[in-house]
Amino acid sequence: MDLTILWFCIVGFLFVGYFVLDGFDFGVGMSLPFLGKDDTDRRVLINTIGPVWDLNETWVIVAGAALFAAFPEWYATLFSGFYLPLLLILIALILRGVSFEYRHQRPEKAWKARFDRMIVVGSAVPAFLWGVAFANIVQGVALDANHDYTGSVFDLLNPYALLGGATTLLLFFTHGVVFVSLKTDGDIRARARTLATRSGAVTIVVAAAFLVWTTLAYGSLLSAVFALVAALALVVSFLANLRGREGAAFALMAGTIGFAVLSLFASLFPDVMPASNDAANSLTIENASSSAYTLQIMSWVALIFLPLILAYQGFTYWIFRKRVTRAHIPVEAAH
Amino acid sequence: MNELLDPLILSRWQFGLTTIYHFLFVPLTIGLAVTVAIFQTAWVRTDKEKYLQLTRFFGKIFLINFAMGVVTGIVQEFQFGMNWSDYSRFVGDVFGAPLALEGLLAFFLEATFIGLWIFGWDRLPKKLHLASIWIAALGSVLSAYFIIAANAFMQNPVGFRINEVKGRAELTDIWALLTNKVALAAFPHTIFACFMVTAGLIIAAAAWHLYRNQHLETMRPALKFGLWMMVIAGGLTVLTGDQLGLAMVETQPMKMAAAEALYNTSTGAAASFSIFTLGTPDGTSELFSIRIPYLLSFLSTHTFDGTVEGINDLQAQYVQAYGPGDYTPTVWITYWAFRWMIALGMLHVLIAVAGLWLTRKGRDPKWRWMWRVAVWAFPLSLGAMIVGWIFTEMGRQPWIVFSLLKTSDAVSPGISGLDVLISLIAFTAVYGTLAVVEFRLIKKAIQKGPEAAPEPDPETGELQHAATVY
Ligand code: HDD
Ligand code: HEM
Ligand code: HEM
Repeated sequence: MDLTILWFCIVGFLFVGYFVLDGFDFGVGMSLPFLGKDDTDRRVLINTIGPVWDLNETWVIVAGAALFAAFPEWYATLFSGFYLPLLLILIALILRGVSFEYRHQRPEKAWKARFDRMIVVGSAVPAFLWGVAFANIVQGVALDANHDYTGSVFDLLNPYALLGGATTLLLFFTHGVVFVSLKTDGDIRARARTLATRSGAVTIVVAAAFLVWTTLAYGSLLSAVFALVAALALVVSFLANLRGREGAAFALMAGTIGFAVLSLFASLFPDVMPASNDAANSLTIENASSSAYTLQIMSWVALIFLPLILAYQGFTYWIFRKRVTRAHIPVEAAH
Repeated sequence: MNELLDPLILSRWQFGLTTIYHFLFVPLTIGLAVTVAIFQTAWVRTDKEKYLQLTRFFGKIFLINFAMGVVTGIVQEFQFGMNWSDYSRFVGDVFGAPLALEGLLAFFLEATFIGLWIFGWDRLPKKLHLASIWIAALGSVLSAYFIIAANAFMQNPVGFRINEVKGRAELTDIWALLTNKVALAAFPHTIFACFMVTAGLIIAAAAWHLYRNQHLETMRPALKFGLWMMVIAGGLTVLTGDQLGLAMVETQPMKMAAAEALYNTSTGAAASFSIFTLGTPDGTSELFSIRIPYLLSFLSTHTFDGTVEGINDLQAQYVQAYGPGDYTPTVWITYWAFRWMIALGMLHVLIAVAGLWLTRKGRDPKWRWMWRVAVWAFPLSLGAMIVGWIFTEMGRQPWIVFSLLKTSDAVSPGISGLDVLISLIAFTAVYGTLAVVEFRLIKKAIQKGPEAAPEPDPETGELQHAATVY
């Protein structure tokens, strides 16, 4: 197989990993005001993702580095072109990350409330903006001959991209709420199931609209198949949640997000960043990629280490498979 | 106005500020991971309560610090593309590889096993739990190696060829890239410097409590540990710094000339090392200086009659080789940064040696103010670290990749000055606020001191409260 195609797939895989994993972290973060009735509840919610949010976030770092190494032109165009949205994502991720660590450091209510708000915003902003960014990539943006983005930040906020943002926001929200129902017990688990039903219904409508638009306007046969699988998984997940099959509902949500991302990547191929103004300026897997030697080295590393990484991350999830309950939260903060 | 909104200048400020900020947390992440692992090993082996307390005490500081290292690190990675897109295009084929290796081999390892360590106190068998902090520590040291190898390519490009058609550097030899002699010297120097900073923190924390006559049981061994760590790491930092200096003279003679403000090529006794200069270091108006003859010659070549090239000659050579232009870094910065790195480093090694002497055989120093001096070990060592990097990065100018690409050709053509001004203000505001919060939290954690370990639940045997830190 051509190594550029392999690397297109690996980058796709890394983003699937990122959105599936950090996706439910965002969802849990956004669900704080809906499910966290008191401080103990909120701590239960945060502790469901406590041991794993950092390693989930690391997926985007590795995806970014893989992009840099395998497709430097793509990395350069994307990151400089989407400067301000990425800035917002960065700030949001900073605020979210430190809030997890800081909120329990002091007992005062106001202190905790401040960091809870930062977790909500820090989760919602990237959940929305990643959708906007990927929709814009698929749709294509104005590029000059040096492959630099020539549009403004407002061009990025077009209807299709906004719909993309709404889709990821809702998908991640529902994903996170389903995760809560899988990882907690008692009252909060029941409330999470109810909330997942409601948000799931909205998600189905919005995500379907986005996937249909993508398929009709930018799709290929493969992307249409992926979109269909994603849509099916979403509907079945909704039903599974209704019947209280939390494990299945969660796995199907993961499948939904994974196949939706794959659908976007499939509709891009063989471009990686189409130029909307002039197809000659488009970045493709050929003109954006690194040299054969670099790709070869990277391929060996990825093929050896990715399975290992999946193994030890799987181990972590297995170690922390138990549900988190209110009984686990000490009455007086231990700190 | 144009000056103010120059994306190049603003991007340089932003990169410098955010990198320095990132590097405020990195040394403690690296050093404390190892420290915590050592204390926990001592606990597992001896079962002594004081080692468990020390593990948890420094573990908590480690975690507060670690979160900041992670979130500021993401900014670092994104910035290459955001602000330096032409740089990314030019070197991505080469530079991306170590960065991707860092992610795949080191960051995943570290992030996963730190999660296991924090939440695994009652879920993992004792030995496996201990192994997870060691693995996380290994991950952080590995990540340092890869990033320094990437940085070393910017100082001394190796293992590549220039592809004229694509107008970029392409990797031809990954092994040469990873064994770059600058990387081989800079890595141990940086790691030992990180241990100095960590030792500084340990000494400061211990001194603070011993001054108040509290937590003697744990803080006495901690002080001893910190003092020895400082002396050993300090010695190794000096030795490796010497090696790094040799590599630097070989690869970037201009940087050494600028470090010394040496304008004219000098040999032997004339190649003196100035410890201190009043007036401008460029020699035009020197009022007063203290100089050690031969020392510069020795530092640069390891012989007393070696020749050290001066700025003027090098400038002329570079104009010949690379065309007209100014190839001299900002001399006053390199001159003072180099001195402050060495001076601050020496100073806190001295503090540590004095500390070892004063506390020998379990004595208490007679003069109470000594404890206060000891607290300075931390800020001083961190300062030495920072100015060392400022020296390295500013001394490379005007190149971003030495001899291949100028910083002015590296900035993203597509971004406006306003974009960068917005991001610079945003980062400054967020980072500034967080610095205050972070500093207070670490201070509070230190002042609270070690706490008794939680009792296991009588019914289940689980360590209560340990599993839910958030
Ligand atoms: C605690 C911190 C600390 C201390 C005490 C020292 N250094 Fe250092 N030095 C650093 C921390 C540092 C660093 C971690 O900041 C740098 C920046 C880049 C690097 O690799 O390490 C550095 C860079 C650096 C460089 C620049 C390399 C280059 O740009 O290619 C040289 C020549 C030295 N050091 C030499 C020394 C010598 C001769 C020292 C003592 C006698 C010394 N350093 C003490
Ligand atoms: C962590 C310690 C580091 C510090 C404190 C540091 C500091 C700085 C500073 C102050 C600048 C601005 C210099 C200028 O005005 O041009 C700079 C620039 C830069 N550094 Fe570093 N640096 C560090 C490590 C690294 C590493 C490890 C890399 C590469 C992997 C790197 C890559 C760069 C780049 C790309 C620039 C921007 C271009 C430039 O202005 O030179 N730095 N750094
Ligand atoms: C300018 C260049 C740099 C870049 C692009 C960079 C990138 C990153 C990134 C993306 C993270 C977050 C990792 C995570 O989430 O796990 C991080 C954290 C860290 N970086 Fe940097 N870094 C830079 C400079 C440095 C230097 C010079 C060192 C070491 C000498 C270093 C060592 C570390 C360590 C030990 C961490 C701790 C957190 C962790 O590994 O998870 N970094 N850095």
